[in-house]
Amino acid sequence: MKNILKNSSLTNLLGLVIAWCFIFAFFWWKAPPNFHSLDNFQTMARQVMPIVGIATLGMTCIIICGGIDLSVGSVVAFVTVVIARLLLQFHVSPWVALLGGVVGGGLWGFVNGFIITRLKVVPFIVTLGTYLFVRGAAKGLANSRTIDSPSSWLNDLTSQPKGNHAWYAFWNLFPTGVWVTIVGAVLVAWMLKRTRFGRHIVAVGSNEQAARLCGVPVERVKLAVYVLAGLFMGLAGLMQYSRLTLGDPTAADGLELKVIAAVVIGGASLNGGQGSILGSLLGAWIMTTISTGCSQMGLDNWVEQMITGAIIVMAVAVDKLRLRRE
Amino acid sequence: MHGICKRFGATVALDNVNLDFERGEVHALVGENGSGKSTLMRVLSGAIKADAGTITFDGQPYSPHNPMDARRMGIAMIYQELALCPHLSTAENVLLGMELHSFGVIDRTTSRQRTEEALKLLGITNLNVDVPVSTLPIATRQLVEIARAVALDSKVVVLDEPTSSLTQADVEKLFEVVQILRDKGAAIVYISHFLDEIKRICDRMTVLRDGVNVGAAKVADVDTDTIVSMMVGRKIDTIYPRSERHPGEVLLEVKGLHGKKKPEDASLELRRGEVLGIAGLNGSGRTELMRCIFGLDSVKSGKIKIGTYEGTAKPAKRWNEGVGMLSEDRKLEGLALTMTIADNMTMTKLKPIISNVQQGEDAKQWIAKTGVKCRSPLQAVGELSGGNQQKVAIARLLYHDVDVLLLDEPTRGIDVGSKETIYALIDQLALQGKAVLMISSYLPELLGTCDRIAVMHKGNLGQTRLVAETDAEAIIREAAGA
Repeated sequence: MKNILKNSSLTNLLGLVIAWCFIFAFFWWKAPPNFHSLDNFQTMARQVMPIVGIATLGMTCIIICGGIDLSVGSVVAFVTVVIARLLLQFHVSPWVALLGGVVGGGLWGFVNGFIITRLKVVPFIVTLGTYLFVRGAAKGLANSRTIDSPSSWLNDLTSQPKGNHAWYAFWNLFPTGVWVTIVGAVLVAWMLKRTRFGRHIVAVGSNEQAARLCGVPVERVKLAVYVLAGLFMGLAGLMQYSRLTLGDPTAADGLELKVIAAVVIGGASLNGGQGSILGSLLGAWIMTTISTGCSQMGLDNWVEQMITGAIIVMAVAVDKLRLRRE
Repeated sequence: MHGICKRFGATVALDNVNLDFERGEVHALVGENGSGKSTLMRVLSGAIKADAGTITFDGQPYSPHNPMDARRMGIAMIYQELALCPHLSTAENVLLGMELHSFGVIDRTTSRQRTEEALKLLGITNLNVDVPVSTLPIATRQLVEIARAVALDSKVVVLDEPTSSLTQADVEKLFEVVQILRDKGAAIVYISHFLDEIKRICDRMTVLRDGVNVGAAKVADVDTDTIVSMMVGRKIDTIYPRSERHPGEVLLEVKGLHGKKKPEDASLELRRGEVLGIAGLNGSGRTELMRCIFGLDSVKSGKIKIGTYEGTAKPAKRWNEGVGMLSEDRKLEGLALTMTIADNMTMTKLKPIISNVQQGEDAKQWIAKTGVKCRSPLQAVGELSGGNQQKVAIARLLYHDVDVLLLDEPTRGIDVGSKETIYALIDQLALQGKAVLMISSYLPELLGTCDRIAVMHKGNLGQTRLVAETDAEAIIREAAGA
């Protein structure tokens, strides 16, 4: 038991679960009686998983590697526009539109990574720039309007599946988007822990100089992380499109801050080298529980915002206290 | 200062040191790297607290809580690394922390006057005090720091290796300033490795060795040889194992290496089955030589040949060629402290997909062989003691099974037990036919473990000599350029 407590990443996860339990218990007590129902869980999963969740996967990799990405929301909006235009004007199959969207996200990731590694501008500044640039590009591409596109199966990725086949009962618990997030999370978590590339990401974030001494191709690793994260942002954009069923250049405003908050609540350090996929997703889950609970209690949006803000700071402060004790 | 003691973990840095500085004298503090000079001065300046002992200052008991406290009472430190804010102007730097203001608004005219007065006392009149100090040359920046001490009306001024980055002309200027300060009645503590400087401007001196005061004298009464023997003054004991070694073919050849920063000219040959030591002062270019060989610093000209590979290469290629390097700075460059022991050990040779079982087994094996004390291979390196961290860093080279080991200060800041383990490891490696290039500031260690030693002085690597044909005094003299 003592060993488990000493393992800081495990105690961190344990702390998050406990924190969530408290929050959940509070709303169970205060919010309408159906708060703990399966339905409600499904609603929350649908809300958090596909967009915030998938973006969180990419952001966690970036933050573990010692970087940051402020362009997430803009990239997601850009991708919805790309998908909508591909469907509307080029009449491509949904698969091609999907691919186009994801590649579009990856491309912006490449731009971020390229400027960061080649021109040696710090990630905060680079992605602050692309945050504006990409949002502008999305608006330009859409003529500052939303783009209605023909409906396809892409529209159903984030809605609750219907149909009562017993065989599909388990599959039908969640929409495809949620399953994609779960599979993606397992893959990225495995990659970070069990592949050379993943360990190199952690090493670069933990101590760039030591990584260089060990022959880790630091610049290449960083570039690859931004491209990988870009691909996830593209996937998140696809989910955003699916939810809106249209291309909207003003969508996902402020998404990057939600995602960063989730990663930070999840125990990652903005100095790099620390963080986990499971932690980040728990962070996102905690935030969704709060917002769902607040809205079901009929509280105004400002209450929820204040609570979320306080939770972010508290989560990190508690983490610091815990580490100081050790 | 009376009976000052300070321990860091198991290391005794200062052991019952007594010292006194008088008004109007330049007092030299000499000793090898790690003899406790800097620790002693950090106690004096309030940066750290002594474990025991008292300090009396101007007849009053004195115990500063922090550096600012010490500065206010009139004790100023001027460190090797300049402690100026490069973006602030000279006037702002000189009065930093004691700005002249009314209700928070800085009185710029008076500030400027105060600064100019201080500079004038030092004989500097033609300096624009409003430009950022980053635009000034290094030597002038140092004078600005001294002006800060003057503006504070400091009674004790400590100069820590003030000349290490100055040209000869600037050194002369500095000496003038030091003399002006002395004539004003300040006590100046002058720390330097360059004995000729000490002979020139110091009145008295105190020698520290292994945290003990081994004697004080008037500088005029002693000659350089006496100072050197006071600094060395110890026999090489038996903790250094050295088996009979038989050097084989040349594995690493460096010829006329000129790095972008340093060194200026370095040549050496390192053979299979031998340990070659590089001595020299801090900042003489030893570390840069190693970094150039390993591809971490860029090379201007010269030849590097490793086995059959010739030319410069990035670290990744060097590892492939069978060369490994241990950094002098474990925390900054050596290890990723938040990562596990296993990750740190195997970082250079990870497979694309890692088997945690295999990785754990490998790590366990090397943990046992190098005697790392830990709970499990999955413990974070940052939780270990300094000695155990260093063993992990060395185990990385062993796990990679390199033929050429570049070890930069392999025993810096670790306990005696870990040191012995590392000496034994180095000896074993030489016996197995590995080639070891080792930098150390601790001479007994070099003399005890190496077969041959070369001395670096201001970027130039001297001739390599067999250990039997040299001794500590000759090395110190060569390193100090005396």
